[in-house]
Amino acid sequence: MSSCRKRCKREMFKFAQYLYRLVTGTLHADSVEDELELSAVRHRPEGLEQLEALTRFNRKELQILYRGFKNECPSGVVNEDTFKDIYSQFFPQGDASTYAHFLFNAFDTDKDGSVSFEDFVMGLSILLRGSVQEKLNWAFNLYDINKDGYITKEEMLDIMKAIYDMMGKCTYPLLKDDTPRQHVEIFFQKMDKNKDGVVTIDEFIDCCQNDENIMRSMQLFDNVI
Amino acid sequence: MASGVAAWLPFARAAAIGWMPVANMPMPIAPTEKNKRADELIVLNVSGRRFETWRNTLDRYPDTLLGSSEKEFFYNEETKEYFFDRDADVFRAVLNFYRTGKLHYPRSECITSYDEELSFFGIIPEIIGDCCYEEYKDRRRENQERLMDDDEDKKDAKLPNMTFRETMWRAFENPHTSTMALVFYYVTGFFIAISVLTNVVETVPCGATPNTKEVTCGDRYTVAFFCMDTACVLIFTVEYLMRLFAAPSRYRFMRSVMSIIDVVAILPYYIGLVMTDNEDVSGAFVTLRVFRVFRIFKFSRHSQGLRILGYTLKSCASELGFLLFSLTMAIIIFATVMFYAEKGSTSSKFTSIPASFWYTIVTMTTLGYGDMVPKTIAGKIFGSICSLSGVLVIALPVPVIVSNFSRIYHQNQRADKRRAQKMQKARLARIRISKTGSSNAFLHSKRNGLFSEALELTSSIEEEQQLSKNQSLLESQHHHLLHCLEKTTNHEFADELCYEQSYLEGALQSYPSQSPSLSSQEGMTGTCCTRHTKRNHAPLPNSSIPTCALSHTHPHHNLQELSTIHIQPLNTSRSSLNMRVDEPARLNCQSGTITTAIISIPTPPATTPESDAHPPPSGPALQNVVKVSAL
Repeated sequence: MSSCRKRCKREMFKFAQYLYRLVTGTLHADSVEDELELSAVRHRPEGLEQLEALTRFNRKELQILYRGFKNECPSGVVNEDTFKDIYSQFFPQGDASTYAHFLFNAFDTDKDGSVSFEDFVMGLSILLRGSVQEKLNWAFNLYDINKDGYITKEEMLDIMKAIYDMMGKCTYPLLKDDTPRQHVEIFFQKMDKNKDGVVTIDEFIDCCQNDENIMRSMQLFDNVI
Repeated sequence: MASGVAAWLPFARAAAIGWMPVANMPMPIAPTEKNKRADELIVLNVSGRRFETWRNTLDRYPDTLLGSSEKEFFYNEETKEYFFDRDADVFRAVLNFYRTGKLHYPRSECITSYDEELSFFGIIPEIIGDCCYEEYKDRRRENQERLMDDDEDKKDAKLPNMTFRETMWRAFENPHTSTMALVFYYVTGFFIAISVLTNVVETVPCGATPNTKEVTCGDRYTVAFFCMDTACVLIFTVEYLMRLFAAPSRYRFMRSVMSIIDVVAILPYYIGLVMTDNEDVSGAFVTLRVFRVFRIFKFSRHSQGLRILGYTLKSCASELGFLLFSLTMAIIIFATVMFYAEKGSTSSKFTSIPASFWYTIVTMTTLGYGDMVPKTIAGKIFGSICSLSGVLVIALPVPVIVSNFSRIYHQNQRADKRRAQKMQKARLARIRISKTGSSNAFLHSKRNGLFSEALELTSSIEEEQQLSKNQSLLESQHHHLLHCLEKTTNHEFADELCYEQSYLEGALQSYPSQSPSLSSQEGMTGTCCTRHTKRNHAPLPNSSIPTCALSHTHPHHNLQELSTIHIQPLNTSRSSLNMRVDEPARLNCQSGTITTAIISIPTPPATTPESDAHPPPSGPALQNVVKVSAL
C-alpha cells in the first residue's frame, strides 16, 4: 500500500515538472543516459610465441590466419552476429545461421559471447592439426548442445535441421520435412550401441573409429592451411 | 563471395569436420594446391605512384582486371611490376575495393572520369556501398540532365521532310520556331484577353437614361458585344480545329486538359445560338455564360508559370487535403462550442450550429467581418481561442506548398522519379546477377567437375588440368566445401528452374512430347542437373561460366521441351558482371568452337520461369550465335 502511494507521489511530481516545463518553455532536457559504450572492446591477442606454444601452427601460418581474422573483424573479436554473417556467405542458397550458432558455441570455449583470436586459432588447431581422437571429441562437443556429455535425439535433430537448412530450398531431390528426422534415426541406429536413446562420448568415438568413411573424411582437411 | 570472407574459407572448411560423423557417404577429394606458393607482394605502378598489395587480395575478385590474368598484359619485365597509365587518385578507391570489399565514391572526382576508371578495371558501379551510393546517383543524374539539355537544344531543329501536319503541330507546340507560329501565338493571346475583357465590361452599368433604371453595357450595346463575342468564338473554334487536325494522336489530344478547356470555353456560345428565344431555358442559358470565364485558362498555354502552379497544386494534393480536413474538424468543433456558449444570450445571431460555421470560418481565417460577434464572456473566450488556432492550422501546410512550388519550378521532378525507379531496379538486378553468379558457378563447375571425374577414368589428365586451372583455387575450395555438404545431406543443390520443374513434376500430368526432335534426345530425359548425360563438348576454356536458364528435356513437362543452355563464351564471368542491362551481350566468335549436342531453340526469355538470374539481352542475342549441331 505504501509503495503504491510512493509511486503515486512520484508520478504527480513528474507531472508537475512536466507542466512547469511546458509553461516556461524549457526544452525537454537531454537526459544523460549512460550510453552503452559502443563496445570499443578491442582485443589484442597473446604474442606469437605463446600462440605458437598453445597451438600446432607455425609462425607463418599464424600470421596469415591473424591477418585474415583481423581484416574481417577490425576490433579483434567476433560476436555472434558477425560470425553468422561471415558463415552465411559461404552458403548462398540456404540459411546457415542456425548451424553458425552451434558452431559459435563450439568455438567460444570460455563462453563470454565472443570469439577472440585465441579461441579461433585453438579451435582451428584441433580441427586441422589434431589427432583423430581430438577431432572426434570436438565433433561430439559440437553435437552436445547442452554440454552434458550425452547426445539426445532432440539435440541431434536440431543439428540435423540446421545442416539441412544450409542446403536451402532448391535441392534435388526435393527435401521433405522428415528427411532430417530419418537421418537422425540412421545416425542413432549406427551410434547408439546400447539402445538407451542417447549417445555417449565413448560410443561415439568407438563407432566412428570403426567406420572407414568417417575416418577417411576426418583427414580430408588436413592441408587446408 | 565477398572479400575478407575469402580469408575465412579455411575456417569454414575446417568446421566442415562437424558434418563428417553424420554423413553416410564418402566425401569428395579436396582440391590440391598445385604449385602452392607463399603469398607474395605485387607492386602496382599507377602513373608513378606505387601501390603494393598481396596477390591474394587481388585474387578475391577474379572477374575484374586486377583479379584475372588480364593484368599480365600490363606486366613490366624489367621493373617486375604492373604498370597502369591511369589516374592514381581514383585507383586508390579501386584498390580499397579489393581490400575491404566496399567500393566508395570519392566526392572530389568527376563522375565521368570515375566511371571510366571503373569500366577500365572491370568493376560495376552498382556495388558502390550505400554510404556513397546516393551521392553517386545524384551526380550521375545531374550529368545526364546536362547532356539532355544539350540534346534538347538540338531537338527543335527542323527535321527534313516533315509533313505539313507535323510542321503545323511543331508550330503550335513551340511558337518560337517560326514567324508564322509566333504571329499566331500572339494573335490568339490577344483575342483571349479581348474576350475576357468583353465578358467583364458587359456587366458594368453604363449610362442611365433619366427615366429608366440603370442598364448594363451589355444590354445597351447588345449588337456590338454580340459581334465581338462571335468573332472571338470563331477564332477559338478555328484554332481548336487546326490543333485537332495537326495533333499526332487526336484521341490523346482530345483527352488533354487544354483541349477540354478550349471546348468548355466555346461551347456556351453555340448552345446559346441553338436555344435562343426560349424563356424557360434562358435561365439555364445565363448560367452557361459563366463558363465563358474559362477562357482565361487558355492563357496557361502562354504562361509557363500558370502551368507550374497547376502542377504544384496537383502534387500538393495531400497537403491541401490535410489542410481542408483539419480546417473542417476545427470548424465543427468551434462552431459547436460557440453555439452552446451563445445559446443563452438574447438576440444572438448564433441560431444553429451551421449558422455558427460562418462565424468560425470568418474568424479562423482572420477575416473578421463582424456580422456575427459573440456577446457572452464564454463566447468571447472561445472566440479568441478559435482565432488563434485558426492562424496555426492554416499556416502549417503553406510552407510545404510553397517549397513544392519552388522545387517543381527548378527541377524536372516526375521524370527523375521515373528514372530513379528504373535505376533502382536495374541496380538490384545487377547485384543479384553477380550474386547468383557465384551459386550458378558452383552448379556449373559441378557439371564440369563430374565431367572431369569421368575424364580421369579415360586418363586425359591434360584436359582435366586445363579445366581446373582456370578455376581459381579459392573457388575450387569453396566448391569442394559445398560438395561436402551435398554428400552429408545426400541431396544436391539445384538451381531454381530445376526446383520448380521437379516441384511441378508431381503436379503435372505427363504430356506427349510434341517436338519431333525429342526423339533424338531420349538419352537426356529424366533427371535434373543430370549427371549422366554424355556430353561431347570440348573443354570450355573458362569453366566458371555462370549457367543461365537451365532447363532440361522432360517428357512430363510441357513448359520447355528442349534443353537450352545459354552458353556464353570466353570471359563471360566478367562480361556478365559488367553487362549493362541495355547493352548487347558481348559475344565473340569463340562460340563456334562449342559443339554441344543440344538443340538450342531460342526461347524468348519471358517464358522462362527464372527471370532474373540471367541478363535478358543474352536471349535474343544468342539466337543468332549459338548454333548447335543436333545429335
